[in-house]
Amino acid sequence: MSLISSLEMARATHTGMVRSHNEDSIATDAEIGLAVLADGMGGYNAGEVASGIATALISSETREALVRQPPHEVDRATGSPFARKLLADIIAKANTSIFKSANSQPQYAGMGTTLVVALFSNNQTTIAHIGDSRCYRQRGGKLEQITRDHSLLQGQIDSGLLTKEAAKRSQNKNLVTRALGIEPAVEAEIHTYPAQEGDIYLICSDGLNDMVEDEDIEMTLGAFGANLQLAAEQLVQMANDSGGRDNISVVLIKVKKDFPADEGLFAKFFSWFK
Amino acid sequence: MAKLILSLDGQLIKEFTLSKERTTIGRKPHNDIQIDNLAVSGEHAIIMTILNDSFLEDLGSTNGTLVNGNPVKKHFLQNNDVIELGKYKLKFIGEAAPAAGAGGDKADFEKTMVLRPSTMKAAAQAAAAAGGGAQAAVAARQAAVQAAGQSAAATGIADKDAAKAPAMAAAAPAAAAAPSAAPAAKPAQPLGAIQLLSGGNAGKELELTKPLTTLGKPGVQVAVLTRRPQGYFITHVEGAVRPQVNGQQIGAAPHALKDHDVIELAGIKMEFFLKT
Repeated sequence: MSLISSLEMARATHTGMVRSHNEDSIATDAEIGLAVLADGMGGYNAGEVASGIATALISSETREALVRQPPHEVDRATGSPFARKLLADIIAKANTSIFKSANSQPQYAGMGTTLVVALFSNNQTTIAHIGDSRCYRQRGGKLEQITRDHSLLQGQIDSGLLTKEAAKRSQNKNLVTRALGIEPAVEAEIHTYPAQEGDIYLICSDGLNDMVEDEDIEMTLGAFGANLQLAAEQLVQMANDSGGRDNISVVLIKVKKDFPADEGLFAKFFSWFK
Repeated sequence: MAKLILSLDGQLIKEFTLSKERTTIGRKPHNDIQIDNLAVSGEHAIIMTILNDSFLEDLGSTNGTLVNGNPVKKHFLQNNDVIELGKYKLKFIGEAAPAAGAGGDKADFEKTMVLRPSTMKAAAQAAAAAGGGAQAAVAARQAAVQAAGQSAAATGIADKDAAKAPAMAAAAPAAAAAPSAAPAAKPAQPLGAIQLLSGGNAGKELELTKPLTTLGKPGVQVAVLTRRPQGYFITHVEGAVRPQVNGQQIGAAPHALKDHDVIELAGIKMEFFLKT
């Protein structure tokens, strides 16, 4: 079942004003309701390679896996939607692929990437993330961050050492505690949320949220919400206008109307017990 | 590296570099910064430095610790903060002091690194074994950071811009000028406003102070005025008809506004002008 009539997606990516090349990588597939964003790291071009492997592999593998089993069906082993297992498995595959390339080719040694994957299905979105790239949701004019960074700074905020305000003044902005492709295995944080008509989901690299305040992002999504592509470009421009110190990538997903899955009887029956 | 400058009654006594993760301050001789004065407690305060951030914590001293005149228990030190212990003053000079004009912003050259979970865990366990509280946790995290940093340096791991840094440093004098000038120029940017020329609210004026101002009717015709370092722009967002500027329909791209441009949108005319 194609989700094109229910989901609108727009994306923009930019090198920024300071860096020499763009190590971010993004992919969207509105038909299957998939959006992927990766912010690569590693010397020379390795960062681009890592983020490129992540988005390409996750897009193609997800497409393939969805043919075998619809994502909203409940996985009997875990009791949660299949989407979660699907993303966990595919992310593990991407991790192995990057880790192996990094260890077999000296020019890629140590490369890795952050990751956010959103998979929409049956009026829900399942979001997996690793590192400090984020997913926000704008609902009813209010912006809310729905992923929590895997970073030193977030750890310090959680432990009470820093307030959110103080964290803005920290000099330790670039330390992530989890990344794809750095170790033989990685655990993605995966959550499923109900999606509503009118929701706008924003997936971005830290080049956006380090440069543009959340309230300005909220204002932009409110003002440009009717024109998603323009909204994405406007966000990138605002990050560049305030210095553009890092690569900036933005993926926007708007829920135009609800998207219930046409479930089989068994699945319907099963979902009553959830 | 961050520094502390110790002074008494305006007389400079000594300068200390915060090279350790824990720098102790107190009256007793084992302190890293010893201040032999009865108003200072034996173990008075500690400064924890985590990479480029430094935190001051009063260790329950008898006479307390002030920062910029206010008593503190815990404080995230900022450049030029003045710490007071009795009559003694310690001025904190942060590492990323914005002194550099041509040198550019240090943060531009920072690298994104990964803290390996295994190192984090090992350090945390070590801290737990040592029976530490909050301080130990901080120290543990720092140990993990350092360990990760070292392993990263040793193996070249996750070093986001190591390769680029030299190239960027060379370009810094030219490149740094532009991006850093933009935010600084923000307050000096002339304020724009629009005055309605027709319709029921003719004569009304609206100052464009926000980064974005939405005009028009949702679902019919909407345009957004954006305030950028380069000036103001009008962008068509939705509706079959695009707004006109000086009688000309604008394109799909943002259109730069000049002083006294006349905008026509949803049948209403308005004039854009810059306030002086």
